Amino acid sequence: MLKAFYHLLARDLRLAFRLRHELANPLIFFVLVVSLFPLAVTPNAELLQEMAPGVIWVSALLSVLLSLDRLFKQDYEDGSLDQLMLSPNPLVILVLAKVAAHWLLTGLPLVLIAPLLGLFMYVPAEANGVLMLSLLLGTPVLSLVGAIGVSLTVAVNRGGVLLSLIILPLYIPILIFGANAVDVASDGLSVRGQILFLGAVLAMSISLAPLATAVALRITASR
Amino acid sequence: MFKRIWGWIQRFSSPKHFYDISGKMIPWFAVSALLLGVYGLYMGLFVAPTDYQQGESYRIIFIHVPAAWMSLFIYMVMAIASAIGLIWQIKLADMVAAASAPIGAWFTFLALVTGSLWGKPMWGAYWVWDARLTSELILLFLYFGYMALQSSIEDQRTADKASGLLAIVGVVNIPIIHYSVEWWNTLHQGATVAKFDKPSMHIDMLIPLLVMAFAAKLFYAAVVLVRARNEVLMRERNRQWVRELVEKI
Repeated sequence: MLKAFYHLLARDLRLAFRLRHELANPLIFFVLVVSLFPLAVTPNAELLQEMAPGVIWVSALLSVLLSLDRLFKQDYEDGSLDQLMLSPNPLVILVLAKVAAHWLLTGLPLVLIAPLLGLFMYVPAEANGVLMLSLLLGTPVLSLVGAIGVSLTVAVNRGGVLLSLIILPLYIPILIFGANAVDVASDGLSVRGQILFLGAVLAMSISLAPLATAVALRITASR
Repeated sequence: MFKRIWGWIQRFSSPKHFYDISGKMIPWFAVSALLLGVYGLYMGLFVAPTDYQQGESYRIIFIHVPAAWMSLFIYMVMAIASAIGLIWQIKLADMVAAASAPIGAWFTFLALVTGSLWGKPMWGAYWVWDARLTSELILLFLYFGYMALQSSIEDQRTADKASGLLAIVGVVNIPIIHYSVEWWNTLHQGATVAKFDKPSMHIDMLIPLLVMAFAAKLFYAAVVLVRARNEVLMRERNRQWVRELVEKI
């Protein structure tokens, strides 16, 4: 079982590295969207600092959302998704492997580039750590919950907008707590509560979301 | 024993049986909803005393609160019906879930509109990012997501199962969303929202409110049956009994 997990993870990572140009796209998108805000609103440092947590978090959210497509789309189109479902390994483990690969390829780079964006948006240096930590705990949830949505819409033609419609409301708690943690940290206060909440939601999503995703994949495959 | 109950459930949930029975039930629900609604509105709008703080404008509560209750209640019904449909493969449950979604969305919309109309005299603005209004708005988005998924999958069985799963995921998320929004609200708004703490309601206000809530439930029962009957006819249109029914008309 563990072997299947590692094999699938390694396969997805290998496939992604063969298409290196696609790998950077969500990351570039993330940086691009954040840098639109100073241009659209104001380069005023105070205002930007106040908006920073929200802007960075919303951009991260959209960036993950746009990259969700590659979680199952290709596998669905070339039939390897059906092969995965036929394999004797529990589908939940395989789903977890695919989501882990997705997070390593999109979520983790966002976490790593976040301090740079914090610099862009005048986030105080001491809050940058919290920004990274909140993204570190939050982005896996985005991938996990997003996987449910993708597996429901992967067979729908032009499912992109539909996917955002059904997934974004589910992302709201993460957005609230993630952005708020950074906000509170900028004021130099303790963020223990927010971080603990993000951790709790992560634990809950790891245990429940793959189950829902597995059911959703079977529904999609049954047509 | 179990077998007999199961057989009974299957017989009752067969589309044709449901069509016959629900046809007889609809007038009862509709008439009692109408009677209770008229009584509740009369009691609420004319008989109930004026609020000493909010004057007459509080009377919108008799629409607003039942609508808000219904919006959550219908989502619960949808999720439970979807679970029944997914687990026991009862098609009728899926049809009830699908028929409920637009009604729930309308109640949510009604709660939002009456809430913002109420907000104008109370808060001085049509929209305030109040915790409950915000949760209600997110609930509306959840309904939209459900309906969008339901209508974008062509195969009916798959559409039912997929949107049913979404409803269940949504229902797990509703408490999380609700409490995080509430928490967010106490942090950001707090002072700007005029907090009128609720003294225990006057009995003359409470009774019309409960009557209206009950009327809303009956109204929902009547409308969901009408809509579910439509779904039955649509989905079973190639069956013999539907053909006979249509030919008779």
